[in-house]
Amino acid sequence: MIQKQMQERAKQMLSLGEVTCVLGWKKGDFSTNPQPAVFESEKDLEDLVYDKYCAANLSKYLVELTKKEGKVLVFLKPCDTYSFNQLLKENLIKKERSYIIGIGCEGNMQVDDDMQEIGLLEKCQTCTKTAHMVFDELIGEELTVRQGDDPFEGVLNLEQMSSDERYGFWREELSKCIRCNACRNVCPACNCRKCVFDNNKYDTAQKVNASSFEEQMFHIIRAYHVAGRCTDCGECSRVCPQLIDLHLLNRKFIKDINEFYGEFQAGADTDTPSPLTDFNIDTDPEPGSVHKRG
Amino acid sequence: MPLNPNSSFTPLIVAFCCNWCSYAGADLAGTSRLNYPAQIKIIKVPCSCRIDPMFVLRAFQKGADGVILCGCHPGDCHYSTGNYYARRRITLFFSMLEYLGIEKERTHLEWVSAAEGNKFASTMRKFTEQIHALGKNERLEDIR
Ligand code: SF4
Ligand code: SF4
Ligand code: FES
Repeated sequence: MIQKQMQERAKQMLSLGEVTCVLGWKKGDFSTNPQPAVFESEKDLEDLVYDKYCAANLSKYLVELTKKEGKVLVFLKPCDTYSFNQLLKENLIKKERSYIIGIGCEGNMQVDDDMQEIGLLEKCQTCTKTAHMVFDELIGEELTVRQGDDPFEGVLNLEQMSSDERYGFWREELSKCIRCNACRNVCPACNCRKCVFDNNKYDTAQKVNASSFEEQMFHIIRAYHVAGRCTDCGECSRVCPQLIDLHLLNRKFIKDINEFYGEFQAGADTDTPSPLTDFNIDTDPEPGSVHKRG
Repeated sequence: MPLNPNSSFTPLIVAFCCNWCSYAGADLAGTSRLNYPAQIKIIKVPCSCRIDPMFVLRAFQKGADGVILCGCHPGDCHYSTGNYYARRRITLFFSMLEYLGIEKERTHLEWVSAAEGNKFASTMRKFTEQIHALGKNERLEDIR
């Protein structure tokens, strides 16, 4: 099976000195919560796991790992390779210090507080990313054949509501936020050395939201700062302990970008300019002309 | 001022104006002795693309009832392309505010040149009336 193949190949590369460490997943406290891990010896690699619970996107770990000398072997699922490309485009990781083994993915499972499986993750239900965008070699890629639901359905439903209904919906959702910052910290697009939300001059610094305004501020700005760079990897929604559908914010930006500036998928390649660092003199709509709903 | 005399509500409005066109337009409105509402507080920025969405949110947080952004007409930006970037950013940002159920009439973008003192004054009058009709900003306000 694929896990065995991955272990064998990783051991081989490590023993030949082709890579200095391996980035993968190891068994967690329960069988349903494997954790991202760095393996440095063949013995360690006995603990490497790969199953339907290995949802964590490993790309972001490469930001730190590729700062060091040596080469990292990393296992990436199709969706994770978009994040890799995006990080590469932003000069945050070094390609020559990584070796990518693209692995197949049949969709990952969500677990509840009792570590029981409760079905396919939202990001996998709506997955459209069935091919690896960047890789050095592939293992088990034939596993990935899936027809996802429409990722924009949720956004569309909200757009069709009245302004008051939308306001009510978001008030209820965002008031659940405990400002654990997990959504920000896990996000491969959130990479600032110092985040605006850690700035004491703003009232939103690294702490629980004190008012409904701060809830709105955090969420609008978090989503806005990744607009045009968010690959829709779904990690933010996955890690939110309050089960807030953060993808509804990110995908609103993605949908608007597609509609106003032409189809764009962040991370599909490394040279198309990001929509917000680009413009079209003639076809860009005016802010006032796009308000057609609600 | 053509505002409703029966209401005690005086909206507070923040206008972000770029230094090279819109701020000069405001100046011209002033030197031409054109009337525009006194509750408009102008904040000068070097270019429309200097306007961070965070500024807009901050203005609302601190009690603004409406925020209007002004810059040079497309093609006329002092830095050539600043307002083209600003246009995309602000379009997406306004669209997001609307998506969150914040009244879309509370924010507005207008291109005003240095020669358009008249347009500046009339835009401000119109925007103030609009905010007046909407009432106090309650959806984006710090409760403290
Ligand atoms: S905002 Fe969410 S979906 Fe987008 S890149 Fe970040 S973690 Fe992934
Ligand atoms: S992960 Fe969820 S609870 Fe934590 S800060 Fe993000 S939205 Fe709030
Ligand atoms: S200088 Fe006025 S918009 Fe750039």
